[in-house]
Amino acid sequence: MKSKETNKSSVAELFSKIVRRQIFIPIAALLLLAIFNLVTDPSFYKITFGYNSAGNPVLSGYLMTILDSGSELAILAIGMTLVTAATGGQDISVGAAIAISGSVILRVLCGTNSRPETLQAPIIVAFLAACIVAMLFGAFNGALVAYFRIQPMVATLILFTAGRSIAAWINNNELPIINEPSFGYFGGFIPGIPIPTPFFIAVVCMIIIALVLRFTNLGLYTQAVGINESSSRLNGLNPAFIKFLTFVILGLCVAVAGLIKVSRFSTINYSVIAKDIEMDAILAVALGGNALSGGKFNMAASILGAYVIQFLTTTLYKFNVQSDALPAYKAVVVIVLVVLSAPIVREWLSGVWKKIKPEGHVKEVG
Amino acid sequence: MNRRGAVERRISMLAPRCFYKIEQIILGVNTLVKEKAVLEMKNIHKSFPGVRALQGVNFTLCEGEVHALMGENGAGKSTLIKVLTGVYGKDEGEIFLKGKDKAVAIHSPQDAQRLGISTVYQEITLCPNLSVAENMFIGRTSGLCQNWKKMNTDADRILQSLDIPAKASQQLGSCSIAVQQMIAIARAVDMECKVLILDEPTSSLDEQEVEKLFGLMRDLRARGVGIIFVTHFLDQVYEICDKITVLRDGKLVGEYEIKDLPRVQLVSKMLGKELDDMSDIKGESKHYEGSDQSAPVFEAKELVSNAGIKPFNFYIKKGEVNGFTGLLGSGRSECVRAIFGADRVLGGSVKMNGKEVRITKPLDAMKNGIAYLPEDRKVDGIVGDLSVRENIILALQVLKGFLKPFTKAEANKFAEDYIKLLGIKTASADTPIKSLSGGNQQKAILARWLLTNPEYLILDEPTRGIDIGTKIDIQKLVLKLASEGMSVTFISSETDEMLRTCSRLVVMRDRKVVGELSGEELSQSMIMSTIAGGDK
Amino acid sequence: MASSNRTPKAGGGFGDKLKNMTDTNLLLTITIVVFFAMYIGAIVFQGKGFLKPQTFFNILNAQAALIITACGMSLVMITGSIDISVGGVVALVSMCCAVYLDFHNGNVFMAVIISLLIGLAFGAVQGFLVSYLEIQPFIVSLAGMFFARGMTTIVNTNPFNVQNEAFVALKETRVIVPGFGSVNKLGKYVNAYVELGVIVALLIVVLLFFVLRWTKLGRGFYAVGGNSQSALMLGINVKRTKFLAHLICGLLAGIGGFVYFMHVGSGSASHASGMEMNAIASSIIGGTMLTGGVGNIIGTFFGVLSLSTIQNIVSSAGLDDAWWTGITIAAMLCLFLVIQSVVMARKKRTLKGKG
Repeated sequence: MKSKETNKSSVAELFSKIVRRQIFIPIAALLLLAIFNLVTDPSFYKITFGYNSAGNPVLSGYLMTILDSGSELAILAIGMTLVTAATGGQDISVGAAIAISGSVILRVLCGTNSRPETLQAPIIVAFLAACIVAMLFGAFNGALVAYFRIQPMVATLILFTAGRSIAAWINNNELPIINEPSFGYFGGFIPGIPIPTPFFIAVVCMIIIALVLRFTNLGLYTQAVGINESSSRLNGLNPAFIKFLTFVILGLCVAVAGLIKVSRFSTINYSVIAKDIEMDAILAVALGGNALSGGKFNMAASILGAYVIQFLTTTLYKFNVQSDALPAYKAVVVIVLVVLSAPIVREWLSGVWKKIKPEGHVKEVG
Repeated sequence: MNRRGAVERRISMLAPRCFYKIEQIILGVNTLVKEKAVLEMKNIHKSFPGVRALQGVNFTLCEGEVHALMGENGAGKSTLIKVLTGVYGKDEGEIFLKGKDKAVAIHSPQDAQRLGISTVYQEITLCPNLSVAENMFIGRTSGLCQNWKKMNTDADRILQSLDIPAKASQQLGSCSIAVQQMIAIARAVDMECKVLILDEPTSSLDEQEVEKLFGLMRDLRARGVGIIFVTHFLDQVYEICDKITVLRDGKLVGEYEIKDLPRVQLVSKMLGKELDDMSDIKGESKHYEGSDQSAPVFEAKELVSNAGIKPFNFYIKKGEVNGFTGLLGSGRSECVRAIFGADRVLGGSVKMNGKEVRITKPLDAMKNGIAYLPEDRKVDGIVGDLSVRENIILALQVLKGFLKPFTKAEANKFAEDYIKLLGIKTASADTPIKSLSGGNQQKAILARWLLTNPEYLILDEPTRGIDIGTKIDIQKLVLKLASEGMSVTFISSETDEMLRTCSRLVVMRDRKVVGELSGEELSQSMIMSTIAGGDK
Repeated sequence: MASSNRTPKAGGGFGDKLKNMTDTNLLLTITIVVFFAMYIGAIVFQGKGFLKPQTFFNILNAQAALIITACGMSLVMITGSIDISVGGVVALVSMCCAVYLDFHNGNVFMAVIISLLIGLAFGAVQGFLVSYLEIQPFIVSLAGMFFARGMTTIVNTNPFNVQNEAFVALKETRVIVPGFGSVNKLGKYVNAYVELGVIVALLIVVLLFFVLRWTKLGRGFYAVGGNSQSALMLGINVKRTKFLAHLICGLLAGIGGFVYFMHVGSGSASHASGMEMNAIASSIIGGTMLTGGVGNIIGTFFGVLSLSTIQNIVSSAGLDDAWWTGITIAAMLCLFLVIQSVVMARKKRTLKGKG
């Protein structure tokens, strides 16, 4: 009798410990979505093996779609988490910046001719050029935030407004098309490997950030700056530079995401490419349970959050929701998740929980 | 419980009339006690996750008295006040006010205001972007529109009558902190409150301003207002208060008339032990007797920063404890900030162990073995959401470099060592530092700097706003560190502390160094006259 | 004798004036000066087009809806919050009104009521989530924007022009501004006119200016934005104040939606795209700080005018390509943000030096 009771309470304790962990939020959301799909249509989880139009072996199915198209989001979430932690604000210009870096890649690959027979430069050169440009724009945002002390959302509003225009200007408003098949590998499949390449790129990025967080003080510094800037300065940190740095890192993430994006279609549409992705990236960070006001962060939770967002998008597509109407459903889900994770609501819920289980209440007091 | 209830029920069934009479008598006694009491708090309980902040506290405030609420940090003073002002809800207990026969419910600061309970908090709780007059009247008057003209004339009249140097139409943010504090008090005074709570109002005021405030308090007391006064300054308690209520660890220790409770006893009640420490520390205070020939560890010539201080010269020798003293705003903090590179240094030269170095930012100073515990713990000291461990290792980690993080085991060891060494009270090294009490936060920050093993340690008001026990701990620690060869600069607004610890004092007035005292010259009166300057 | 009593003046008159000016007035002055400088510059360099009053009135006609939504935006920004759903709400309102008027044969009065209700609903829900559940306003209104945009498509996918007669009559109603007419090429006197929406917008600007300056509620918005913790201690109901700010912003987005609808006369999911950003930009150019507590409705009004003047200058300079508009607005926003940041930093420094 007694042992059973303690057992019960330790289970409850464990449960409450899990609930309090930050990564619980995206996991719970993921589970909820997964169960919903399982109930409504188990075939959601079917993965089929087949060959695509180029005759390469590919795995297809909704799960593969999530892994594939969630990659850019996951990569962006890495940078966005750092920016959020250090500055307490978000970069809303990532979509526009992806358009710019994609445009730069195409410009370098195509040269002056918008429909070249052969590539005018190696892909790696184009990618490096995009990296440099994206990091420069990141640096621009970073400089406004760190040195001019403008709120991040407002500072990045500038690039958000101008970015797609700049992207169009880089290519003289033409739409270059690349015929080289190897360029398509980054956003599609490498011959012989049935898993989409973007997933591998995302994994590489995750490993890199994991190593960086493990073997440098980036995590500690960004969090310290995000929580208390003045105190960080007196401890020898350079808060402005760290904020600046996070924006440059985000710029790098943007360049990688830009490569995947343009590689998917081998061309670019300035007003549509990566549309609304900034919102998704911010949601990923929020869904990861990170405070959007900065400070402490959990990178794994953010990345998981990105895949949850993609899971949601894919689920909605599956129900034949028009792509324009998609945001409405997403918004409802997001609101529900955010409301449930709000501290006030949680407190209230745990109060209700205690009332339902009065024995537990007595125990805690005694 | 149940059995008593049953008995009571039976009694009331058998002899209802008799029971009624007893009740009447009890009621009568209650009203007698209540007659002079303007506020009565009974059996107040309040817990936060993991902390039981108040456990059955009773508190009574009478008309026309100044009642000191004393206790160490974490004793529950602030919580009690926040319960009274409706910032926190209470878990249990009742609050009675004069003129109300039932217990009152206070759910928000507005409720408290409406019931005649006004508060002036330690931190400025006014809006810097509004005008002075608005800050005095906002949230108080009824009606839809705001009559600027009347408000401004009223405000000017009040400011004038209280002799506060501010204009009604001025933006609050452009006033000095002391003036802002006085405006907060003016607001409370003007609200015709029955209960006035002053939560450490004097910590940012200089002596003249404190005197002015005390004048005000005496005036209000004469008018029958009950004043609750929370402070860490014992002198002030004995100067102005009538009664003292002491709290410790969330429990009531007792209520005393001021004349029945000598200082030593008050301190021992607050600490919960008999106090020999106070006399201890005086005996211990060995003043610096090092060789005068030895070269200074740190030397500054014509140092000047952008914080508005005049260029100053300064040096400190190995194992010496010295200090900057002067009135609030005299520039003592700005001087040490300039030494540490916390403000932008505009000129002057600095030598460390005889070698010229350049210190333009805190990191330069840290690399040269200087450590600085800042004046404002909350703003400049702690990194609130980070754990105690991360807070302790932060400075050393920064010194070690971006690419060389400590392993978890190393970090843990550092943290645990210093938690033990300084007696930091925390649930674990993983606890966020913001949930610690002020004194323990201060110790953790001190641990952070001791961990860097500095040659020269600067402590700017390390004892402000923390309890007496910790104060003594810190003073002892300073002397011990000095005896081990560390040079320490110690700043405190309590001259007692400075006299006890420092062997040399640099005196400042109006952002200028005006004198230096050492040896025989070190006395209260000498310091006062140097600060006052000129005529004497 | 008298002079010896006076404290010596340091740093010259300008520094003192700068110090004594409230943040709100300081930024407002900058905005108005810049607007007039720009407009005069446009007249000088771009020629006569800008000299005609009707050019100015056309700016008003085109931007009436933006003025209204930007006012709401300034209000929430003054309380230290933000609402980026306004553009979506405007699109949703115009689509709903269009569908109601044409497919359900509704009357114009009910359409107005529908607009107000939609706006109020968005304001109320977002306000509740932001103020009572303390969720970050950016996330809440982001979801609000997603929801509004998505709903617009769900209500009706294809854009269409409204044919409802009563509405078309209302849309065509012009209010003649006496004394500002001009003589056209044929020598005929043409009256200067504004649309009904402009009247609504001006009324709202005046009303809100009054509310913010002279009512308790208005000052409460500033107090909450300046320091919400202090505002609570000063006895202001912070949650209700924040809620009301969002509610009013939602309501104004609804009104703005109808005014926008009156101007374009059609429903489309792509209507008012980027309007939230324009509203934020106008507020910032008008001297509202995103940190809260500082801002002025008159400034916002001039912010909108500045924004559209620069757009007009760019397009009349022959840079017609769509992307130039984006780049100019961004450049202007950048300029103003930097001005704000530099001026405030300077001001802080003078204060610190003296204090």
